[in-house]
Amino acid sequence: MQRSIEEINEKIKKNKAIVFTAEEIIPYVEEVGYKKAAERVDVVTTGTFGPMCSSGAFLNLGHTTPRMKIQRAWLNGVLAYGGLAAVDLFIGATEIPDDDPANRIHPGLFKYGGGHVIEDLISGKDIFLKAVSYGTDCYPRKELETYINIRDLNQAYIYNPRNCYQNYNVAVNLSKKVIYTYLGVLQPNLGNANFSSAGQLSPLLNDPYYRTIGIGTKIFLGGAQGFVSWEGTQHNPTAPRGENGVPKEGAGTIAVTGDMKKMNARYIRGVSVMGYGASMAVGIGIPIPIIDEDMIRFVTVKDEDILAPVVDYSMAYPSNKIKVLSYVNYRDLRSGEVEIKGKKVPTASLSSYPIAREIANTLKTWILKGEFLLTEKVASLPGVESGQGFYPLKIRSERIK
Amino acid sequence: MTKTQSRNILLHYPKNLTDKPIISNLIKNYDLTVNISKARIDQDEEGTMIIEISGTSENINDGLKYLREIGVTYKPISKVVNWNQDKCTHCSACTVVCPVGALYIPDRNNMLITFDEKKCIACGLCVPACPYRAITISE
Repeated sequence: MQRSIEEINEKIKKNKAIVFTAEEIIPYVEEVGYKKAAERVDVVTTGTFGPMCSSGAFLNLGHTTPRMKIQRAWLNGVLAYGGLAAVDLFIGATEIPDDDPANRIHPGLFKYGGGHVIEDLISGKDIFLKAVSYGTDCYPRKELETYINIRDLNQAYIYNPRNCYQNYNVAVNLSKKVIYTYLGVLQPNLGNANFSSAGQLSPLLNDPYYRTIGIGTKIFLGGAQGFVSWEGTQHNPTAPRGENGVPKEGAGTIAVTGDMKKMNARYIRGVSVMGYGASMAVGIGIPIPIIDEDMIRFVTVKDEDILAPVVDYSMAYPSNKIKVLSYVNYRDLRSGEVEIKGKKVPTASLSSYPIAREIANTLKTWILKGEFLLTEKVASLPGVESGQGFYPLKIRSERIK
Repeated sequence: MTKTQSRNILLHYPKNLTDKPIISNLIKNYDLTVNISKARIDQDEEGTMIIEISGTSENINDGLKYLREIGVTYKPISKVVNWNQDKCTHCSACTVVCPVGALYIPDRNNMLITFDEKKCIACGLCVPACPYRAITISE
């Protein structure tokens, strides 16, 4: 059985496509089997919503009178990078205001940061812009203070260099004091285990070898249509995999982009992680075309078949000497309790399963209504055959080249 | 026999009452069980206390009447802790910091968070632990 994207799109246009979410497909395949399911189903939709660092946005402000080549700029007090051109800015999700006390009073609260600026922009709120420069003959202005609004910007688009991590660590704390991590508050002596993945609903876990998801794939991004623009930073296709092909730790990632003017702030949210910093929660949904029977096998992956590594965030993670304590599956993680080192440990998720489900359903509705056509990838993400890994930075004091 | 009820409330003591044995009076004169989960006296010498009182409905009402008469104001915890459902994304970061299980997931199929005001003791641990700032406390 083979099915082309073109055939699927023809069916979508005629409102005849058969679409399931990555959750719904599991009992369906159990009922009818792989072969029949592959023949009948055209698309399976996935979804994920959680804090995703390495997110940000490009803004073009438009030129002032007289003109200004912005050197440094702040949006609601949060530094935005201006070293691109005259009036292009990049606001990063984890940037915090210059006067934020950060962790000087530990644990810091990080109430507002770059992710919140992006959420406020999408919500249509006015943002206070302050900018400074040195002045040139062609760009004489040296200072600027004004309110800006997304509707007046020439461009405002999300560009997230790394989203949608294919699997991730489960964080625990083996020390005797509370620690504050990007995976939340970790109570001492294995008090809790925190994770962040939509498991069986997560996009890259449903296409573990990146057969259909690649550069150019059209996706749900922040409530609008967006695209996969590149492999994500830290993309690591050679991470260890189980027999089902599913990575057993953080592996593939994607860079995504999309028009903020069309987005919905429900799916792009500023995040304050106590003791760690600010970030941004991103909602992503990716449609997976059922191009053959192998694809239906991949999209029926269940929470219980996806393993995640348990890592100690008091010593092993910060020292970058990671030793996996054990592996747990997402069915157990989602049950609220897992067993680690013989101890029953309560679990919590930083990502939202209900919103991941909502995104997969929304994408399904878009496709059923004929509003969302699938795209053929333009180029593939580096796969297992690329041999590409994810390496640490070696600190050195001498130039060798 | 009358059924025992319990209520979680936040008390505000004016300056002139912080040295009075009010809780002791509630126990001795109104036959109430009092469980104190938080108590403090502020810089202005006004006091705040979060208590769970248990007893018959009649005794609770009489006890609360006594508090009103001497000038202690109070409000139920549900008016102190606000869980903003529009902001909550139903992750579950709060559930492992809540010491009394007031923020929890009753149904592991839909994975939705629920806030049980009756269990809440307004300790405030959930407030900074929520990445979306969906919980606020106004004493």
